[in-house]
Amino acid sequence: MTNTPIELGSFWLPKQSSTVAPQVDQAWNAVYWVAVFFFVLVVTGMVVFSWRYRRKKEGEVTSDVDHNTALEVIWTLIPLGITMGLFTLGLRGFINASVAPADAIEIHVTAQKWSWSFTYPNGTTTAELGVPKDKPVKLVMSSTDVLHSLYVPEFRIKQDVIPGTYTTLWFQATEAKEVALLCTEYCGTGHSDMAAKITVMEGPKYLEWLDANGDGADKPPAERGKSLFTTKSCAGCHSVDGTRVVGPSMKGVFGKMEDLADGTQVKVDENYLRESLLNPNGKVVKGYQPLMPSFQGQLKDKDIDAIIAYLKTVN
Amino acid sequence: MSRSITVDEVAAAPDSGGTDYINATKGVWSWLTTVDHKRIGIMYLVSVLTAFALGGFFALLLRLELLTPKHTIMSADTYNQAFTLHGVVMVFLFIIPSIPGALGNFFLPIMIGAKDVAFPRLNLLSLYLYWIGAIFALSSILSSGLDTGWTFYVPYSSTTNTAVVNVTLGAFVLGFSSILTGLNFIVTLHKLRAPGVGWFKMPLFLWGLYATSIVQILATPVLGITLLLLVFERTLHIGIFDPALGGDPVLFQHFFWFYSHPAVYIMILPGMGIISELIAVHAHRKVFGYKAIAFSSVAIALVGFLVWGHHMFVAGQSELASTIFSFLTFLVAIPSGVKVFNWIGTLWGGSISFKAPMLFALSFLFLFTIGGLTGVFLGMLSVDMHLHDTYFVVAHFHYVMMGGTVTAFVGGLHHWWPKMTGRMYSEKLAVLSCALYFIGFNATFFTQFLMGSRGMPRRYYNYLDQFQPLHAFSTFGSWILGAAFLVMLYNLLNSLKNGERAPKNPWGGLSLEWETASPPVTENFVHVPHVEHGPYDYAATVARRAS
Ligand code: HEC
Ligand SMILES: [Cu+2]
Repeated sequence: MTNTPIELGSFWLPKQSSTVAPQVDQAWNAVYWVAVFFFVLVVTGMVVFSWRYRRKKEGEVTSDVDHNTALEVIWTLIPLGITMGLFTLGLRGFINASVAPADAIEIHVTAQKWSWSFTYPNGTTTAELGVPKDKPVKLVMSSTDVLHSLYVPEFRIKQDVIPGTYTTLWFQATEAKEVALLCTEYCGTGHSDMAAKITVMEGPKYLEWLDANGDGADKPPAERGKSLFTTKSCAGCHSVDGTRVVGPSMKGVFGKMEDLADGTQVKVDENYLRESLLNPNGKVVKGYQPLMPSFQGQLKDKDIDAIIAYLKTVN
Repeated sequence: MSRSITVDEVAAAPDSGGTDYINATKGVWSWLTTVDHKRIGIMYLVSVLTAFALGGFFALLLRLELLTPKHTIMSADTYNQAFTLHGVVMVFLFIIPSIPGALGNFFLPIMIGAKDVAFPRLNLLSLYLYWIGAIFALSSILSSGLDTGWTFYVPYSSTTNTAVVNVTLGAFVLGFSSILTGLNFIVTLHKLRAPGVGWFKMPLFLWGLYATSIVQILATPVLGITLLLLVFERTLHIGIFDPALGGDPVLFQHFFWFYSHPAVYIMILPGMGIISELIAVHAHRKVFGYKAIAFSSVAIALVGFLVWGHHMFVAGQSELASTIFSFLTFLVAIPSGVKVFNWIGTLWGGSISFKAPMLFALSFLFLFTIGGLTGVFLGMLSVDMHLHDTYFVVAHFHYVMMGGTVTAFVGGLHHWWPKMTGRMYSEKLAVLSCALYFIGFNATFFTQFLMGSRGMPRRYYNYLDQFQPLHAFSTFGSWILGAAFLVMLYNLLNSLKNGERAPKNPWGGLSLEWETASPPVTENFVHVPHVEHGPYDYAATVARRAS
């Protein structure tokens, strides 16, 4: 997880860093001032009448007026008109935010407890999102476990991410900077840590960055394994420094004798590691819940090789 | 017997014969087997206040944890359980049954001049169902807890290893309690009004309860079915909502909010009813726009069935559906606004005394107006994209549910306490608790609007450092709020022992409950009352007395 702060743009709202944001904020401003107006109206009426008509003695004769049709029609129709205006304004920004331009770069987002991964058109996968400035980006999102929701306060966008369905979201960043991406649908223990950083880059820098984070088939396996360990969210549940997170630490795992929940022991070798990834609940480590998801279909053979190569180096 | 009564006559009338309902019979058993709606109301009152204390305790723990951005007093898992239980207890065990169960049961029959509700035994049954449901739900605390949030969204709720089944079965049973109460009230209002009590001579509190009852009997079954399906999915692995079993998680949200949005009106309509009483009685004035208030309650109840999708603008429903739901949501805002205008209109030309119940009513106007107006922000499609599931929503619904319903409930409790217990509480302490409540509430929750609009998501255990000052402020506010309730509790309990005896009609009200003794006799009235004046004919009453 990252701790990128949310930059403020005004007293109430974060900075506007996408092309969607101005329309959302315009709608916010409209409803804000309508609300302030009616609030002041109601409270003034309450205070003034309370003072003016405070009880001075017992048995005061009070007004018998119990309705005024004209007044009541007015105070029904005027708010009705105003709310219809607000509805339209909200709809405009919503349509704008719902329809992605046809030339948007498509990035696939996978949400899982409790991390994000982003797959770019060239097949690269990263744990933090990199996007070019001033280019529309469309996120095609799905979850592997429970509901999540992708939220970028400075972009004013949000959309739930659902297992078994694709949902989409688009934005066009207007400033080269780092912004926070948060999960806003409750998803359990690590919900509030399920954040990622979006790095908005100038076009050429983005392409460079994409290359640098590329598949890296040319890199040594242990190094690829190391980056897969973060991008495939292993790092969310496993430390490499011996601390216990959701799952056991990977420090010194290779070659040791592991106690299993069923009371047997097993030596951690290549086959055991492979089985741990593809069928994690087959052999469960003693003292842990069977919470590890299967990576069957998500890791290619050479990815598994790379991860194993990396794990051998974690001591 | 036909007569009209003046304020002074009512106040001066000698106590009528018969024993009051509290001393009519003695012993715990006589309470547990009673069919007297007043006793059932009192038992509901004690139960919902206990639930409120429990839910409030969780709330204070949560606020304490949020004092710092990382670990403060509990782990992430404990935090998740604490906010879930806070929500479940407050929604299902406190706020839904609170006003109808306690004040509704006690006053509905009296206000229409009836001896009891239409089905007294059914009434006792609904109290027992409430207790059974509560035991089911709370048993989760002793077993594996519950960490799904009060909304039980799938697939989280179909996969977590906490006590989802206990709690959903509890909520299922509680639903029946709610349905039976609603049914009882509807039949009572249709069938048992005393001679002279026409529909439009009913106090507005009863219109609020009537509208609530309609929602209770129509919407609650849907929740029951939904939760049962969830139980089937968890225990029998029937794929309904969980995509891993071939189900649809968004379907669950539709089912859930089809009940839970109308449930918002189950929570607020009775409170609105109370406010109409408090303002009229303490302003000694005829309600402005009686019919508008009465019909708007029913309108809210009915249109309220068509807006559930506004909880799901970003949940993956179609854009067209979101648009329609947004439109209808704006429509349902209008009747609530109309009510506020009518209450302000009722202050105009009144003779307003500022006793504690009235101070709570004015607090309600202030807080509920904020709650209602911020709802308009959330109804706007584009603005909701930014605000959905942030603290802005948390603040909004606390302004409506607590600032609205709880304020009304507490105001009503002070208003009718003399009638229910026969004792007067200390006015000074009551005013003090109201002031603390008002300050503490705003300190706690107004801050949360600001956090939310700045991007702080809800249900977060850890949060970005930049939010700490606001979170800390909110936590301090929660302590003031806690203190307010302690003062209130002390004041009310103390009055039972040391309070002055309450007169029949301490506030000069004209509705029927002020015609009977404080506390009332078991039969409510010694003679069947025959009513000629409306519950708010203050001007006429004063004039008649003068001549
Ligand atoms: C949701 C949390 C989670 C994620 C994500 C996760 N694991 Fe695990 N993992 C666990 C848990 C819990 C256990 C212990 C229980 C068991 O054996 O199934 C475990 C066990 C293991 C083991 C066996 C460890 C031992 O000491 O015998 C290995 C190896 C492993 N995980 C590797 C990985 C790798 C590599 C990834 C990423 C591709 C990964 N895990 C992702 C939770 C997770
Ligand atoms: Cu999440």
